[in-house]
Amino acid sequence: MIGNGANGAPLLEAVGVSKDFTVGGRFSPGGRRKVHAVDNVSLEVRPGETLGLVGESGCGKSTLGRCLVRLYSITAGELRFQGRDIGHLSRRQMRPLRCEMQMVFQDPYASLNPRRRVGDLIAEPLRVHGARGAGEIKARVDELIGLVGLLPDHLQRFPHEFSGGQRQRIGIARALALEPRLIVADEPVSALDVSIQAQIVNLFLDLRERLNLTYIFIAHDLSVIRQISTRTAVMYLGSIVETGATETVYRAPAHPYTQALISAVPVPDPDRAVGRKRIVLTGDVPSPMNPPNGCRFNPRCRYATDLCRTERPALRPLDDGRQVACHYPLSGGVAPAASA
Amino acid sequence: MLKVRNLKVSFRTEQGVVRAVDDVSFDVGEGEILGVVGESGSGKTVSLLSVIGLIIDPNAVIEGSIVYKNRELIGLPQRELRHVRGNEIAMIFQDPMTAMTPVYTIGWQIAEQVMTHNRMSKSAARQRAVDLLAEVGFANPAAAVDRYPHELSGGMRQRAVIAMALSCNPSLLIADEPTTALDVTVQAQILDLIQKLRRDHGSAVVLITHDMGVVAEVADRVLVMYAGRIVEHGSKRELFKAPWHPYTWGLLDSIPPMEGARPRRLKSIGGNPPSLLALPPGCAFAPRCRHKFHRCSQRPGLAGTDGHQAACFLPPSERETARAARTPVAAGAS
Amino acid sequence: MLLALIRRVGQMLFVMFGISVLVFLIFFATPGADPAARIAGRNASPETLQAVRLDFGLDKPLPVQYAKMMTKLFITRDLTSFVNRGWKVIPAVMDVVPVTLSLVIGAAVLWMAGGIAIGLIAAATRGSLLDRSLMMLGLIGVSMPVFWLGEVMNLLTQSRLHGTWLFSWVPPLGYKPLSTDPAGWFLTLVIPWITLATLYMGLYGRVLRANLVEAGQEDYIRTARAKGLSETRIMIRHALRTSLVTIVTLFGLDFGALVGGAALLTEVVFGLQGIGKLTYDALKNLDLPIIMATVMYASFFVVTANALVDMLYVVLDPRVRTRGRSN
Repeated sequence: MIGNGANGAPLLEAVGVSKDFTVGGRFSPGGRRKVHAVDNVSLEVRPGETLGLVGESGCGKSTLGRCLVRLYSITAGELRFQGRDIGHLSRRQMRPLRCEMQMVFQDPYASLNPRRRVGDLIAEPLRVHGARGAGEIKARVDELIGLVGLLPDHLQRFPHEFSGGQRQRIGIARALALEPRLIVADEPVSALDVSIQAQIVNLFLDLRERLNLTYIFIAHDLSVIRQISTRTAVMYLGSIVETGATETVYRAPAHPYTQALISAVPVPDPDRAVGRKRIVLTGDVPSPMNPPNGCRFNPRCRYATDLCRTERPALRPLDDGRQVACHYPLSGGVAPAASA
Repeated sequence: MLKVRNLKVSFRTEQGVVRAVDDVSFDVGEGEILGVVGESGSGKTVSLLSVIGLIIDPNAVIEGSIVYKNRELIGLPQRELRHVRGNEIAMIFQDPMTAMTPVYTIGWQIAEQVMTHNRMSKSAARQRAVDLLAEVGFANPAAAVDRYPHELSGGMRQRAVIAMALSCNPSLLIADEPTTALDVTVQAQILDLIQKLRRDHGSAVVLITHDMGVVAEVADRVLVMYAGRIVEHGSKRELFKAPWHPYTWGLLDSIPPMEGARPRRLKSIGGNPPSLLALPPGCAFAPRCRHKFHRCSQRPGLAGTDGHQAACFLPPSERETARAARTPVAAGAS
Repeated sequence: MLLALIRRVGQMLFVMFGISVLVFLIFFATPGADPAARIAGRNASPETLQAVRLDFGLDKPLPVQYAKMMTKLFITRDLTSFVNRGWKVIPAVMDVVPVTLSLVIGAAVLWMAGGIAIGLIAAATRGSLLDRSLMMLGLIGVSMPVFWLGEVMNLLTQSRLHGTWLFSWVPPLGYKPLSTDPAGWFLTLVIPWITLATLYMGLYGRVLRANLVEAGQEDYIRTARAKGLSETRIMIRHALRTSLVTIVTLFGLDFGALVGGAALLTEVVFGLQGIGKLTYDALKNLDLPIIMATVMYASFFVVTANALVDMLYVVLDPRVRTRGRSN
């Protein structure tokens, strides 16, 4: 049974977090413009749970992930880790906190320094942060390599000698080196073959149990998110459109985008595949530089009304504990938000 | 329509000979959609590239027979093969972002293909391009014809690529992972498009993918490849209802379910993808197979019925129990 | 697009202004040296020095001096050399420009045609003996110093083999203006053209080959092949077309530099009175007014060539056109 998390105070809290990027200089066509890569996002992660962040390309999930561990500075909003404000800390002040939150990246081929041996790569965080002796470091590295399912003689080799799945294991070992409480995994299995994906997903699950970790798991693959997350947040064009317990969100999505997303996932069962009524969205995701008025999703939404085109819905709670940013949620037991 | 027999493709490299495709045989009938499933190194792409002679590596050795409409394609001089390529057999690739030449408009590129294979005036070719773009779902094809690839999104670019591939009414379209690089909602659109076009044009489609879900949605028959060999093939229904090969079981079990109970752990396939330089003498999958036994030191041939075959020595009677008995491999195994 | 062009021209003028200020400061504001002495040349009498000081306003503040200098250079164009008394600098510069232009443009035509041909053939026959030989020849072409090659050419064509039918047509060193003697103009320039082009042909051939081979790995080339296009068409219409940007950039830099005076060695060796030769002589004599004029002229040319190349990008690469515009 997957841990139900949700005990006590949140480990990480984001309130109204936004991240803007400036595009273009004063003299380029169109002038300087702001891209709201992350737009007023509020969420929280409790110890022991796994929050799945899912969305398509351009939705801002990777940017949000990096903002949450302060790899980027945030443009607006508040960020709190274990109750402490980290949104406005300088880099130097953030340093000791880095031990508590670590990141695993997507590309197993690009995220490991090809000139370093695996043992050094894993030991580096320990050397940088801890006042540990060489013997302690070696022992910890041996422990880590065993945790992720590799062998001690792998430590002497270079990254290019390993397959994608193995490199990802190395990346995970490195992330675990400092015993973090929170791991943000940014599409850690997207670049892997299907059979290896399953191995790495299993590894994440095992590690979560053994080490009592909390994850923020970012992916675009809905089936993987469903497997690993206790709660799921769906993002579209920089904002969260729905968030709630994974089971509930998948079984009865409240936001039309979530509904379309789930129905678009191809199912490996011919009987179900043929009979299924699939919702195919028209059009493309609009550019984040030019978001539509009102609800960001309205141009592609089958249920859009005038209200949707003019007023942007805020994230509102439903009866079953979920939150949805929609004027007419599809389920959840609550009447549509009061319209003016 | 397309008969591939005993296709072997190997590459001479510094480290030795890589057998990318090792004795592969399959058929594609008129108007059918064949799904070819495999992971990296399975040989799925190389097999289909050799069908239209796109393997130009001087270190490649291609043997076997590829017969298209009663014509042997292997050994055909490039000049003649070019008449088949793009005209009767078209191919589209994975990444739509880089699939089209950036300095020409999409209309120009479609017209180029049309004019290469047909005698046509520029204006007629341009009109054909407009018609094709309309067919694949462009809202304003007359304007789209003059756009450059970089001005379109990924999904639209893939549609343009499909329009281009269909421009000469090919009898066979080979699609190499056409939706892997696209978002899942866009993937749904493109798969719908491919099916619609199959209905409207009657072309057969070979769809190469690693995604069993895509295969379940779209294919009529399925081919599963591993380490350059076909390990199982059959109709979609049979393959999904009662797959015979342990690798197929592993592929299906690796996909987390979207509905129903969540397994505590996924029943993954242990071990790593095979190195094509150092394959074991017998069954290529044996090192990772939980059901291997003494016979597996011999290379299994495809056996079964006419419509469903698998390359595995497991006796049919034991298959069900073997599959049911699979438990998740400990994550520590690598 | 018009806006982009105007912007580019604006940038160009800005850069020119910056260069002119920098050149001016180097000549007029270097501590410890007296600009008057430099302008007046060596062994100038005190009266000359005084006259110079007055004429150039050397007792006035720097911006005034700058303004005076720029006026003499561009507006009144009556800057005179003191080393060669009374020799008006600007007309002198303008007189020699056609020589350099003739030399460089002719060589440019040769090296572009040759370089592109070499690059295409080498890329098309990649890995073969022909490819390797072409690259080797190209390397040799790049490594031969142009003055050495020029002297060798002179040795062969002017003296050793001059009597033979091969080179008897080669006229004595020197330039013949196009307007007065077209045939002579052509003949005097053939050997210099070949000499100057050899270096660049090798360079461009090698660069283009590398670009074409790289382009050949791109996905869109694979698509073009899958369309059933012929290899020739793929090479020229798809691979070459997309590699043009690099070649054009290089060309802009090289052409600009050469016309600005970098063809100096060739001009000296072949006795052509071009802008390079003029600069060289002025440097030998430390004739400051001429040096100032040639430096300004050279920088003008380089900046213009680069600006033109930038504007050409917009035509060559559609991706540059819509950068910044959202889909």
